[in-house]
Order: sequence, then structure tokens, then C-alpha cells
Amino acid sequence: MRGKFIINGDTKEFEFEPKIKLLHLLRDNGYTEVKNGCEEGECGACVILLDGKLVNSCQVLAASAIEHKITTVKGIGNLHEPNPIQQAFVDAGAVQCGFCTPGMVLATYSLLQRNPNPDDDEIKQALDGNLCRCTGYLKIIDAVKLSIEYLNR
Amino acid sequence: MSEVYNNVGKSVNKIDSLGLATGEEKFTDDFAIPNADKMLHLAILYSPHPYAKIENIDTSDAEKIAGVVDILHYKNIPQILHTSAGQGYPEPSPYDMFLFDDKMRFIGDRVALVAAENLEIAREAVKKIKVDYKILEPLFDPEHSLDADAPKIHTDDENVIIPTKYEPDKNLAAEVEIKFGDLEKGFADADFIIENDYSIHYANHCAIEPHSAVAYFDERKRLVIITATQVPFHARRITSQLVGIPICNIRVIKPRIGGGFGGKQEILLEPLVALVANRNKRPAKLILSRKEVFISSRTRHQMRTRLKTGVKNDGTITALEMDGLMNAGAYGSHALTVLSNAGSKVLPLFNKIENIRFIGRSVYTNLPIGGAYRGYGATQGYAAFNQHIDIIARKLGIDVLEYIKKWHIREGETSPVFEALGEGKEGTAQIVHSCKLDECIDRGAKSIGWYDIRGKKIRDGSKVRGVGVAVAMQGSGIPRVDMGSAYIKMNEDGSFNLSMGATDIGTGSDTILTQIAAEVLSVPVEKFIVRSSDTDLTPFDVGAYASSTTYVSGNAVRKCAEEIARQIIEVAAKLLDANPKNLTLENSNVVDIQTGKKVSFEKIGYYTFYENDQFQIQAGGSFYGTESPPPFIAQFADVYVDTKTGRVDVLKFVSAVDCGQAINPKLAEGQVEGATVNGINYALWEEYKFDKNGRMTNANFTDYKVLTAADIPELITIIVNSFEETGPFGAKSVAEIGINGPIPAIANAIYDAVGVRLFHSPFTPEKVLKEMEAFASS
Repeated sequence: MRGKFIINGDTKEFEFEPKIKLLHLLRDNGYTEVKNGCEEGECGACVILLDGKLVNSCQVLAASAIEHKITTVKGIGNLHEPNPIQQAFVDAGAVQCGFCTPGMVLATYSLLQRNPNPDDDEIKQALDGNLCRCTGYLKIIDAVKLSIEYLNR
Repeated sequence: MSEVYNNVGKSVNKIDSLGLATGEEKFTDDFAIPNADKMLHLAILYSPHPYAKIENIDTSDAEKIAGVVDILHYKNIPQILHTSAGQGYPEPSPYDMFLFDDKMRFIGDRVALVAAENLEIAREAVKKIKVDYKILEPLFDPEHSLDADAPKIHTDDENVIIPTKYEPDKNLAAEVEIKFGDLEKGFADADFIIENDYSIHYANHCAIEPHSAVAYFDERKRLVIITATQVPFHARRITSQLVGIPICNIRVIKPRIGGGFGGKQEILLEPLVALVANRNKRPAKLILSRKEVFISSRTRHQMRTRLKTGVKNDGTITALEMDGLMNAGAYGSHALTVLSNAGSKVLPLFNKIENIRFIGRSVYTNLPIGGAYRGYGATQGYAAFNQHIDIIARKLGIDVLEYIKKWHIREGETSPVFEALGEGKEGTAQIVHSCKLDECIDRGAKSIGWYDIRGKKIRDGSKVRGVGVAVAMQGSGIPRVDMGSAYIKMNEDGSFNLSMGATDIGTGSDTILTQIAAEVLSVPVEKFIVRSSDTDLTPFDVGAYASSTTYVSGNAVRKCAEEIARQIIEVAAKLLDANPKNLTLENSNVVDIQTGKKVSFEKIGYYTFYENDQFQIQAGGSFYGTESPPPFIAQFADVYVDTKTGRVDVLKFVSAVDCGQAINPKLAEGQVEGATVNGINYALWEEYKFDKNGRMTNANFTDYKVLTAADIPELITIIVNSFEETGPFGAKSVAEIGINGPIPAIANAIYDAVGVRLFHSPFTPEKVLKEMEAFASS
């Protein structure tokens, strides 16, 4: 089937198999910043914002996202103009292997959209859907706090 | 000894972190591959039986499916005995596997592989392969592997290529024994004997990026393999061995790696994508699903450790016997070396024990395969050792912290174990040059509030609080085995290309190795263009394992940069008309300390390229460690044990580590924090659950619990800087050590709280409750 998607602000049209998941549609079309860690909806490496809401793209049928707005980690900042959250992850030492980082950054982005000044528990709960095996989470939590600081500047 | 550094000791940002945070950096599955429209997608058929012989395999139905291109199995590929362990050559692991065999040795063993136009077709075709199995009687209990009447798992020409004990006809994958002194006399001299069995369990690395590999032919018909590996050079060698393509026609590229922890020190997928690509002259890709990672890749070796000590009333340990039985699983990958490390990384810590015996055996079973996993035997050994020491100190009625401080190895001391026990060969004698374990213990104890909690059994409703400690040492590479190398050249603007074999798997080694080069050359990190681990473009390195990178690769980078500095000074001496002895590097300049005259690296760069006697400032450097300076750690757990439910909650966990001079403190902390949380996770939550057929029943992230940010306790990491004279700028390695403490520290804390000793991990609520009930009724 065919469908239009608004990805990071650009309208794109793709031909795809009706039953494929959004994760694969995105990755197959070059959005490899969306990572595939488990395809079970458990690890959070594949999260994106669908109409501004954080979802595991491996659990969403591509067809159901037609005409919807999709934001990946590249949609909130880039190498030349990083989002303050991305910069905060760098500065806090929150990036080790970096495979979970796009998901963590988007989970943080989603949290801070809803709640610009979360407390520690709210931060931890907001990251509960994203697994990281490298950092022990401490520096990721630091990064969220630093993001708040950067965004409040 | 402390020096003022410009780069070393600074928490500079990881050089790839912005690219990772913005999604620009590429992992194996992220590359645009040449001729991608011709890509073959691979799917594997796994054995549903723990032990079976394939009597017939019929792929005709599978072949009929449109889009199926190739099917590989034991009948149509060369049968080459090998090990999948990504170790140096000759590998100290037995050659006991084929890529595809007619004998299935565990649920998860490979029956066949389908290559198809897309993954869906490949997976569909896998289901259509008909296999007739002759079911064999399986063996699951390692305690019975050596029984005369046990089923024998490996009986077909399996062998080892190094001189070591290997007896497949007895299910013995490896055996190691060392002895010093007179054990019997030692036990006879003791006032009391303590003897217990401890064990730790199966676990998975759970790197968030699954194992992945892609192969394709480049424009000169050479095979390129992009792969998620910790060992690109070993991957190239072993793939060549198995696929029959000469090493010179294979290029292995290690891109960004989504975590390794030992799980990617294994040559699992590279030969498969290479075989398919070579047979079909098309690119091929294989990405494991999460379930496949769990059931078919590698695991933490399950191990039972029996410790027997003779102790005098003054605390002297008169004899120590360590008897380890390690479950290798179906194949002997790392079976000898993990086992050896359970002794060699543990026994030197209490180096004053005169009478010692270590006997370790790795045995085959029809269960998933053990392999390299952060800690690598030390985790197994220390789980037992630290509980045992806690028991001894309690029996003596003394503070375990004081007991450890009295008996552990110190600067200037050695242990005969260093020389006796190596990895696949004898070890290497060495003196410990740096050890700040006392300071680690003192600062850790203060942070955890040891004396406020220990023995107080503070209650909060049904919950009781306790603290426990564990100490450990690890190593910095494998002495007289590991080699790393680097190459540097200078550009005319005074920048440098640094190319190195060292394999950054997310640890930040690209960054800290650059800091080392930058320190030598007195330039900022930004002046380096860094490339690592591409077998065509970078010099050799054994790879990321054995806590080798900071020390071994770091020393290689330091040596290489020192040679570059020498060449720069030689040119500067000419330009400044100065004595090279008076010249020093300072902030991208060469300065004459006598006259104050200076010349910039840029000026030197232009001069060497364009002005006179032109040449390229360039150098290579290799380092081969003749010792393996151990980092040290003291780890403390503060726990609540719920006496109603058996649930153990870690309130706070403190790790105080001596890793020499931390090259990048933030990255060093990150290593310790990650290892510690993995260890806590392992102690309390994660485990392989098997049904009666040896089938893993929880092969997914829903049922195999990996902690999230919401689950972590208060974590404190204290970097206790020491100065290791043989390390680059005083550094030792730090990646593994933090995983050794959580199991024993938590077990010791549980005992402190409720007086119940948990000998066998994981410490699940059911197990803790059961032990408490048994304790109450005794």
C-alpha cells in the first residue's frame, strides 16, 4: 500500500507492505536513527513521537500512522544545531554505546514537554520504558536534569 | 605521585557522543550497502531438542518458496572444527564446533540457515525445513557431567590446539590445577575449618543492540564485513579460517557498537554472512532477534565454587582450597580461560596464604553456551570468596573490613598465583605497583555508613536493614598475550590522524586513547582525527576484552605519540637552531626552555610537507604487556530485607575503585556504574529459566528483567586515584571490575540483616523467604 507521512516536518510518501510496523518503515527508508533493540515494545530503543506522543514504533502498524506526524531524534536537533537535551546528554557523559540514546533523548523531550520541571521520581518514571545496559542510568538522569537547566536558560 | 596534565584526568566529552545523541553515528544495521537491492536476508533454524542427531534434513519444500536463494546445513558446507571464541591465535578454547553440525547439543544449536530475498521469506522457509531427529538422552546437571555413565556430548574428533587438559570423552572441556605449599599440613595447623559451596547462575549480556553482521563485495571483489564485534581482527582471522577466503581479501569494519560486555567477543555471525555472500556473490545480512540473542548467543558461565579454608584463631588462613565446577554448556567457548580467571584474579588478593590449591573443571552439558562476560571468571570466584571471608570474619568476631585490610595484597608485594595461572598457559610473575584498596575500603565504608548500620538490624516494619562488603581485583589485559597498536601522522596544520586497532564498543576508548595521545603531544583532543578498528585502515589490536584497552592499547598510543614527539622536536631543533634536549612540547608549540624561543606545530607541519628535506611525520607503536596491573575495588551494599515477602531492596550501593590515574574520570565512573547496576540486576533479578528440556522459558525482555532507571538504588562511585608506573600516565583498566562485587556484597548484607546465608544466586524473594523459613525452623 501507499501512504504519506510527515516525518520531522517533511511530507514523505512510501510504498509498503500493509502489515509492517512503523519501525521497519522508518528504518527501511533511511531513518536509521530509530533503533531496533527487541521488537517487543520493551527496550524503548525504537521510540518516536507520533503526533507528539512517545510510542514504541515497533508496536505501531505503519498503516495506522499514515498522514500523522512522526518525530525522530533527528527531528529535534542535529550535529550543527543540537537540541539542548542532546547537548545535555553529551555534557553529562550519559552516552556510552549510544544505542539507547535516541530513545532516551526522545523520552526526555516528551517528559519535558509535559512537565518542564520534573522531580527525581518523575524523571525515573519517564525513563522507565527505555533500557540501557551501559550507564547504570545515573548519568542519564543527570542528563535530564542538565537538560532542564539548559532549557531554562 | 600526582602530576598536572592538560588532557589526562579531564572529563572531556566522548568524541562520538554528539553524533550518537543526534542519531548520526552508524551501527552495523545502519549503513547504506552497495548493491543493497541484491541483499540476502538470513534466518536460522534452531534445534528444538537439547540433544539429538539429525538423521535427515529435507529442504525441498523450503526451496520451493519463491525468493529463497540458498540454504546452508551440515551436508553442503565444509565441516571445519573451530571455536567461536574471539581470542588470539592459537585460541585456548577447544575446537569443538562446526558452523552446522548433524548433532544438536542444546536448544538453540543451529540446524540450518536460509538466505532469501527478504527476511519474511527467509523466516517462512525456515519453518518448512523438515528434520528427522534421533533424540539422545540429554545432560543438564554439571555435577553429573563427569559421571562415568553420563551422556557424552562431544565425541567426534574435537580437539584443542594448545597443550592443555581436554577430555571430551569425559565431558571435560577444561581442567586447571595449581598447588603451593602443603595443604594437608595447613588444614592440620588450623584452629577451625570453614567449607561451603557457592554458586552463580546463567545470565545474558543484554547489549541493547543485538548481534548484527553484513557482508558485501567491494569494487575490487574483496569481501567487506561490517559487524557488531569486540574483536575485528579475530573476526577476520576466524572468518577466513571458516570460509576459505584469504585474510588479505577480507576487510572487517567495526562501526559504532551497541554494547558488548563480552557477548560480542564471539565469532557468531561473520562466517555466516561471509559464506552466503561468497556462495551467492551477493550482499548478505543477519541481525539476531532478541529471542535469538538469548537462546543462541553466549551467556555468563554458571559456576559452583567450593571453598575450604583452615583458619587460626588469630585470623591467619593456614590453607585454602578452591574447587570450581563451571558449566560450559554445549560448547567450550572460553571454558578454560574463564575458569582460570576464577582462580587467577581472586587468589592473589589474599597473597599471604601459604598453602593453596585451586582445581577447576569446565564441563559440557546440553544447555546454552557460556562465554566471555564482563568479569570473566572473577565474578564467579569473588561471589564465593567474599562471602567466605565474611563468614570467617564473623566466626573470628572481628570487623570484616579490618580483616580484609590486614590480609590483602599490597604495593610492592606479589603472589605466586600470578606466575602459576595464566590464560591457556602459565601466567606471568608480577609485583603489584599500585594498590589503594585500603583507601577504597575506608572511603566506601564512610559513604555507606558502615559502622552505623552493620550488625544493628535496624527495622522498618517487616523490613530489616543490613550492610555487606565485597572487594576485588581484576587485571589490565592478558600479560604476554595481548597486543595493541596505533599509528599517528601529522598534518600541516598541526593536527594529527590517530588510527588504532583498539575497539570502542561504547566504552569511550576512542576518546580516552585520544586523550593519551593529546597529553603526550600537548595538544587538545580536537586536534585529532580518530579512526579505530577497521582491519584495512588501522593497525592490529586484539580487541576489547580482558580490561585491556586503557592499559595495553593506551600504552601503544603513548609509545606511538612519543615517537611523533621525538620527530617533531628533531625538526624544531633545526628550525630553532636549538639543542633537542632543551626542547619541550607546549600547547601545539615546541619551546626552547633555555631561550624561550618557540615554533608552532603548524609551522613544523608546513615545513615538513613543503619547504625543505620534506617528509611525513609519522609513526607506529605497539605495546605488548608483560604484566597486568590489577585495578582494585571495594563495594558496599545497604539493603532492606522484607521478612514477610523475602524481597531484597538495595537502598544504596557504593563502589570505590582504584584504577590508577583515571584518564577520563566521568567515563571511568560510567564504566563502574554500568557494571555495578548490571551486577545488582544479576544478583537480584535476572536469570535464565529453563524447562525440563533445557529450553529457556523467558527469552524476552518482558520475562527476563533488565532494570530501568526507575529501579536503581542510590549509587555512589568513588574514584580513588593511584599511580600505576607501568600504565599510560599512571592508568589501569576499569571496565570489568565493578560487576564482581554486587552478588557477594548483597549476600553479605542479607546475612547482616536477617542472619540467613544465601549461597546461590540470584537472591529472589522466593529463595530468600525459603531460606529464612528454613533458618527459623532450625
